[in-house]
Amino acid sequence: MFDRRLVTHFNWTYLLVILLISLIGIANMYSSTSSWMTAVQPVYLKQFYWLGLGLLIVVMTCFFDYRHLEYLSFPLYGGNLLLLILVLVIGRTSMGATRWISLGGFNVQPSEIMKIVIIVALARYFSDKEHLRGFSLWELIAPGLILGLPALLIIKQPDLGTAMLVLCIGGTMALFAGVRRSAFVSLGVSGLAAAGGGWFLLHDYQKQRILTFLNPERDPLGAGYHIIQSKIAVGSGGLNGLGFMKGTQSQLSFLPERHTDFAFSVFAEEWGLVGCLLLLVLYCLIVIWGLHIALRAGDRFGMYLAIGVSAMLFWHIVVNLGMVIGLLPVVGVPLPLFSYGGTSMVTTMTGVGILMNVGMRRFMF
Amino acid sequence: MSLNPSPEETPGLRRRYIISSLIVVGIFSVLALRLWYLQILGVDHYRELSERNRIRYVAIQAPRGTIFDRHGTLLVDNRPAFTVSVLRQDVGDRERVFATLGDLLDVDVEQLEERWRAGQGLPRYRPLPLLEDIGRQAMEKVQENSVNLPGILVEVKPIRAYPYGEMAAHLFGYLGEVSEQELKQSDFAGYRSGEMVGKTALESMFEDRLRGAAGQKRIEVNVKGRELRQVTTRNPLPGQRLYLTIDATLQQAAETALGDNAGAIVALDVNNGEVLAFVSRPTFNPAWFARGIKSEEWRELINNPRHPMTNKVLRGQYPPGSTFKMVVALAALEAGTATPATRVQCNGRFKLSSSYEYRCWKKRGHGSVDLHKAIKESCDVWFYTVGLETGIDRIASAAYRLGLGKKTGFPFGRERSGLIPTKAWKKKRFGTSWYKGETVISAIGQGFVLATPLQLASMAAALANGGTVWKPQIVQKIVDLAGGTDWVLKPEKLTETAWSEESLRAVRGAMESVVNDVGGTAWRSRLKQVRFAGKTGTAQVIKRKSDEEERKRDKGDVIPYQNRDHALFVSYAPTDNPQIAVAVVVEHGGHGSSAAAPIAKAMYKAYFADKKAKKDVVRKAVSGD
Repeated sequence: MFDRRLVTHFNWTYLLVILLISLIGIANMYSSTSSWMTAVQPVYLKQFYWLGLGLLIVVMTCFFDYRHLEYLSFPLYGGNLLLLILVLVIGRTSMGATRWISLGGFNVQPSEIMKIVIIVALARYFSDKEHLRGFSLWELIAPGLILGLPALLIIKQPDLGTAMLVLCIGGTMALFAGVRRSAFVSLGVSGLAAAGGGWFLLHDYQKQRILTFLNPERDPLGAGYHIIQSKIAVGSGGLNGLGFMKGTQSQLSFLPERHTDFAFSVFAEEWGLVGCLLLLVLYCLIVIWGLHIALRAGDRFGMYLAIGVSAMLFWHIVVNLGMVIGLLPVVGVPLPLFSYGGTSMVTTMTGVGILMNVGMRRFMF
Repeated sequence: MSLNPSPEETPGLRRRYIISSLIVVGIFSVLALRLWYLQILGVDHYRELSERNRIRYVAIQAPRGTIFDRHGTLLVDNRPAFTVSVLRQDVGDRERVFATLGDLLDVDVEQLEERWRAGQGLPRYRPLPLLEDIGRQAMEKVQENSVNLPGILVEVKPIRAYPYGEMAAHLFGYLGEVSEQELKQSDFAGYRSGEMVGKTALESMFEDRLRGAAGQKRIEVNVKGRELRQVTTRNPLPGQRLYLTIDATLQQAAETALGDNAGAIVALDVNNGEVLAFVSRPTFNPAWFARGIKSEEWRELINNPRHPMTNKVLRGQYPPGSTFKMVVALAALEAGTATPATRVQCNGRFKLSSSYEYRCWKKRGHGSVDLHKAIKESCDVWFYTVGLETGIDRIASAAYRLGLGKKTGFPFGRERSGLIPTKAWKKKRFGTSWYKGETVISAIGQGFVLATPLQLASMAAALANGGTVWKPQIVQKIVDLAGGTDWVLKPEKLTETAWSEESLRAVRGAMESVVNDVGGTAWRSRLKQVRFAGKTGTAQVIKRKSDEEERKRDKGDVIPYQNRDHALFVSYAPTDNPQIAVAVVVEHGGHGSSAAAPIAKAMYKAYFADKKAKKDVVRKAVSGD
């Protein structure tokens, strides 16, 4: 039943790039957490297991034809929406936010799943509807609702970072589907107005983050600490870096969250501009390649899936790097494949699996 | 057969793909540019910030410069003081650690807790002192038990040590923590809070030279401030060494001789003004200040009625009493109002007018008295008569030229100027004219006349050297670290008076008789080894009592301490070739002959015996014995 062409069309190089980034990430994690004396497994080893699980997910995702997703897309979407509502009702609260629910012993983060499900749902929607001159404002209401509903529920948790990413992913897909200039302009204007109005709806800590982003020095030991320390780490890397395991910012723990959200700072300190550019090229490669897969996809649904996944990767990378090097406010967005964490690994690898699925089935009609 | 049309049918897809790819590459380029900005343009700035993050500078206190006497005997030293401190970040179970420490050193745990609370505001990586200056034994106990005392450490820092205890404490002065006010002044730029500085006397005057330069330890710390390793160290530079003009042997002899009495003693080299001994008692223990004085100790010092904190050499002003008689004699001889042969009949009383009568200390009188006998036996009537004849202004002129009535220029200690009255002074001060009776009592060093012990010693030195008043010098030389001499004393003349040889001979001869001839007031203090000359003085603290009261007193009543006379003695030695002058003031000591002269005697004895011994050593060394 398994078509041999699938193996030939399996994009090994792409997987290799993914693997390369992941391994660099693990090495970096080894460096940043080596000073920790843990009785349990060291962090980098755990990340190895997560990577193994990720690869398994890629393989599993590749097994079934992505086109089956087309029928499942709205039930999946509906189910995920339900979970998001459930989170608000019975979710587990930690650090002022309710993001998790317990499902049969597993802690599930529905907002994270939504990153994939929104791609599937919108892919389904946009592949069905086509407007030669692009979507008008009126025609955008339906996809807008599909996107807006989960985004609102996620903001409510509150998880501004994830909500923003979901919106970015959906927005990118819509733009790719084509939006009329008039709709684009009016959306842009109302978006700005909403941002102004939304300021008053933000939580204090969210306002703090934005203010501190604009001027980290206003709270150098508090909210501004992360960004100041991160910039110091990145900047002191220089051209060639301080060397593996020699970055003082990370080794002496001045850098917070250095194996999760700020993993790239550690890398930048120890490998310098040379290492950073190499990593940037690799990340750029997987995004461009994703777009390439979209272009050459067998059908419109596959194309939108690939666009969505590429957008997801792209926005994660850009938001995380932008935050780490002080271009964007600190929002808790991990760097795909590089930051420690199972959730991020599962989401990313599911996306990667879908991407490869689309890519390897482009000739199967 | 697909549900959807193929993407190829979507118009402009390729264009969208190209635009999207360009946007992606563009945004990644922005990230790359930003990295270039941070890592290439900003590298120096961020490396510096990173350095500042991880490097802490810890000052290492420099040992203060040591102080020696003129022969190189160490007078003020430093010793290591062990302080038990706690690094708060390293303490897990505080209660257990404090209990262990308390048991070990036998201290109250509450005391430790108090220090802990007081230091809450300090950075956690900085050691917080718990117990200062524990002994070496206690230190070893703590070191041995360090396993059970996580976070407890013993720090060593140099603090002042005084091998001679209280000796010459007023000369050295004391140390104290630099005050918050001082820290704001430019003089104290570079001082850190808690640092010890010289507060008085030599320690204060030579603060710049004694302080040295603190060293620095650069340590690498992690974000919690835990010291990881020492990066570099700059060793502290000890302060410069001070060599004083003081002679430790003489100083000690003087301190011992004065004993528990209150008073002051000064010994000067008559030929250059070098201070050989400088005693003010009672005194304080400078070691208390070095380790940080307790408030009860401070209270005890300032409430003591005998003023241990007052430097009596410089700030004690006493009526010179009969020690002033040489001044009057020289003034009279110079003015021609008396010759050495001038005779006055002393029957114990001097009648100025029908209503004013002044007594001689010897009620029976001295009979026929000339200058020699007047000084030797300290006849008051001779000086009443001659003094009145000479007049107060001429006496004052002689006094000034012998170093009295004005500051000697001693470099520290806010010395007082004493007081030599003149007619003009009285007019200005009180608005009234001068009375003859005031000249009469001034002639025996009472009334308005006041002098400091240092001035009295200067006067004795000037008599000994023929009329030169030298500026008193206390520092012989200052030696820097490399052993090079950084500063050397230059003797400085204040005044020089050419008294006639005859006058000097007469006065000196009489002073010699005071000690060495039968009937001299200090005859009992004569010394076989060295002939010294001197003059006793007994200065009244309160108005002399009437005959009636005096008779009552003789019945055996004890006069209250604060009403007893001050005992004085000024002197120089040896008589044939004067080298050293000594002034002794014993507060409320009674008579100069019995309380003050024996002290000078003890000093001369020690000084010349030591000098001979030192010379013998040199002689032996030279002859290769």
